[in-house]
Amino acid sequence: MSSQSQTPKSLQPLVEADVLAKVLAKGRSTGAEFAEIYIEDKRSTSAGLDDGKVEQVTSGRDRGAGIRVVAGETTGFAHTSDLSERGLLAAALAAAEAAKQGDGGVHKIALQPLLRHPVNTVRIAPDEVAKARKVEMLMRVDAAARSVDGSVVQVSAGYGDSMKRILIANSDGVFSADDQVRTLFRVSVVASGDAGMQTGYDSLGHTIGFEMFDEHDVEELAVRAAKQAITKLKARPAPSGSMPVVIKRGSGGVLFHEACGHGLEADLVGKGASVYRGKVGQSVAAPFVTLVDDGTMTGEWGAIGIDDEGHPSQRNVLIENGVLTDYMWDYLRARKEGHRQSGNGRRQSYADLPMVRMTNTFVLNGNEEPDDIVRATERGVYVAKLGGGSVDTASGDFVFGMTEAYLIENGEITEPLREGNLIGNGPQVLQDIDLLGNDFAMGNPGTCGKDGQGVPVGDGQPTLRVKAMTIGGTAA
Amino acid sequence: MSVEVPELQAIADRVVAQATSGEQIEAYVGRGGETAIRVYQGEVEHFVSAQSEGVGIRVIKDGRTGFAYAGTLEASAVAEVLAEARDNVQFGTIDEYAGLAEPDGVVPVPQKFWDEELANYLTPNKISLTKELEQLTLGIDSRIRVEESNYDDGWGETAVSTTTGVRESGRGNSCYVSVSTLADDGDETQTGFGFSVGDSPKEFDLNKAAREAADRATRLLGAIKPSSKRVTVVLDPYVTAQFLGIISSTLNGESVSKGRSFFADRLGDQVADSRITLVDDPTNPLAYTATDIDGEGLAARRNILIENGVLKKFVHSSYSARRMNTVSTGNGVRGGFAGSPGVGCMALQLAPGTKTQQQLIAEVEDGVWVQMVQGLHSGVNPISGDFSTGASGLLINNGQVGAPVREFTIASTLQKMLLDVVALGNDVDWLPSRAAGLTMVIRDVTMSGA
Repeated sequence: MSSQSQTPKSLQPLVEADVLAKVLAKGRSTGAEFAEIYIEDKRSTSAGLDDGKVEQVTSGRDRGAGIRVVAGETTGFAHTSDLSERGLLAAALAAAEAAKQGDGGVHKIALQPLLRHPVNTVRIAPDEVAKARKVEMLMRVDAAARSVDGSVVQVSAGYGDSMKRILIANSDGVFSADDQVRTLFRVSVVASGDAGMQTGYDSLGHTIGFEMFDEHDVEELAVRAAKQAITKLKARPAPSGSMPVVIKRGSGGVLFHEACGHGLEADLVGKGASVYRGKVGQSVAAPFVTLVDDGTMTGEWGAIGIDDEGHPSQRNVLIENGVLTDYMWDYLRARKEGHRQSGNGRRQSYADLPMVRMTNTFVLNGNEEPDDIVRATERGVYVAKLGGGSVDTASGDFVFGMTEAYLIENGEITEPLREGNLIGNGPQVLQDIDLLGNDFAMGNPGTCGKDGQGVPVGDGQPTLRVKAMTIGGTAA
Repeated sequence: MSVEVPELQAIADRVVAQATSGEQIEAYVGRGGETAIRVYQGEVEHFVSAQSEGVGIRVIKDGRTGFAYAGTLEASAVAEVLAEARDNVQFGTIDEYAGLAEPDGVVPVPQKFWDEELANYLTPNKISLTKELEQLTLGIDSRIRVEESNYDDGWGETAVSTTTGVRESGRGNSCYVSVSTLADDGDETQTGFGFSVGDSPKEFDLNKAAREAADRATRLLGAIKPSSKRVTVVLDPYVTAQFLGIISSTLNGESVSKGRSFFADRLGDQVADSRITLVDDPTNPLAYTATDIDGEGLAARRNILIENGVLKKFVHSSYSARRMNTVSTGNGVRGGFAGSPGVGCMALQLAPGTKTQQQLIAEVEDGVWVQMVQGLHSGVNPISGDFSTGASGLLINNGQVGAPVREFTIASTLQKMLLDVVALGNDVDWLPSRAAGLTMVIRDVTMSGA
């Protein structure tokens, strides 16, 4: 499975294979069964606009290697920004000492041919685009948002791109590389009215190059963010208590990310810290719910050619027709339990240990027309945009914020609501999905945080209804 | 600073020395290391030992700003960073307020940030105390499992030099332990955590960390979803500290100058109950985030932000201060070499009340003692003031602690909550955050549950 991926010009070859083999041998020199090196070279550009001004363009360079050594139950880890042979050997020794199990003797490491498994394509590498073009979009966005209505009092916007090359080799012979190019754009708007200020936000992010802006209009993004803020100026306090919740397509994937995604990560399951432990083969959701985590979705924010342990990304069905089929796995947890890796071993950077992480997590289409779902709801809440969320995987209790929501009265979407959190219990909410639409869409780019590390993730779903969730508002 | 780092200062100085006429340059150089040990079921699960370094360079010319950074101190890379930052200048919009901090004559309050005992603490001892914490926690209650027991320490050195004459360097180290618990009862599992911080490991209180981690998880076993109603909430010190973290963004001079704070026009007004006096004081050595120098190299200082409920002051960097025709309050903050300084509170502290937590709970007729909140980042909007967060804790009936409750939200607005504070505890807790905690009682909050 080797093929050529497009290579950003500014990224040079990272480290030669013979040096990697020496480093891995050093990693095993104190008795460890496994050694791994992860090398990263990342260049990024960002530009921020606020208060009508481009405040600053920032260029960044992050380059280094993380070396992981596993002996029995213990993982030793060291990282360095020194990519010379001497620097890498020193880090390997530090990792080996950290996982010391006695004298390991001499090991010979034979790397396989370099694996590339590109799932993303880049047509316009961001470093080939003049910074002036990136900055110019920010000014257009500011004007577009302010032109929507006089109540718009503040606009901030950000452009960001990153080109990351990774190279992974381990003592089992795995030898893989990937180029990950991501492009991001975000707009925040503040509108002011008689009842105070309200905010609107929208963003756009893909694992592609500057061609993202051929396919998406940033001014439209700005207008959407502005309208969201303006609409909320007339919003009334959200209700409090339990009622049906309809979630618009592409806006509520975070529901599944929190309600069950984290709980299906094999490291949490293995420690008995998930409500989904021991439930493979059991019904955990309504029978028409199929949940997938798919790192191979070309161009999506969570798409990766290989994971950060060198394993090719893949499509994993987690829940099929309501039945839990499998968890997500990384190297360590798969090894411990005699399972296959699933391409979900990810890390924030070379300075971090990999762990089980989601990629693009989404629910497949059901059969309902989205309009019928609203019509079937006598009184409830329609969520057009969800903010972030979080979950306690052991109890399954999770929250997420509704940043744009409306009341549903007699089967119609009526008044806008002020912001608040929704709260639910994962296993309960999965069973309580009673209507699933046929209008699937992916949502906004997200950053998933776990154990202090952030990684880019995508999510998606069709319009759906949960028959009862608790709305955290202030109105009776 | 109390301990200088000439080597890093020299790197920063060399960058600044390259400034051409009309060019302002700031170089921020950092270097640090960390140890992270995690124990699970009596064995070291991972041991991380790592070092990092880097430089961030800000260039300002003709009112335009550019920035670049790299995670290395190699001379060629530093030169590249300066070139990139200079290149980035041309794309900034002219801003009459752009500029670096200038020395203002305020003398830093000397503090001790480096602990020699921690620096020399041996690895086997770090491992054994992480194992001890796991054992202590398991010993408290048979229903408790430990998800992870952690030891973390870190050290850092920084230097900043500017063409405006700022020249500061220093170093510090710190350490803490933490433990995450699971409590089981039949099919039900609840979670808890505990931690302890100290200048060195000998100051850790492992028993307290273990006890808190076990209590947090076990006291929620059997929790029910409460019914929806308006109640008085008693916020645990840990929750109050998180609440103050949100309030701090409304007191941020940059947010104020850009119209993103609902307090923008309220200086001198009664914005909180008269019991509230809120101070930002990084010169207090008890604060976890105590510092002598801010992110721009100016002296950190004590600022009274709200006094007896009256809004007195916003915090400023040199930039936000120029925008608002005032002076820096020493609140330029930066997250490291990879970013330029912003504005933020550094070490918030509420003036304590006189009563214990138990006394405060005894005075509540109908309420909930909130021990944990979930989703503050998703359900609170510091610009509109809307406040809604998931919570768990214990009901209070006629001054008595009652049933555990979970899967509910508490909601109000930030503006109203500050005015609705009815009591503050005397139990100041110097938590590992930018705000100290204490028990805070707020009336008329909506609890949403079943």
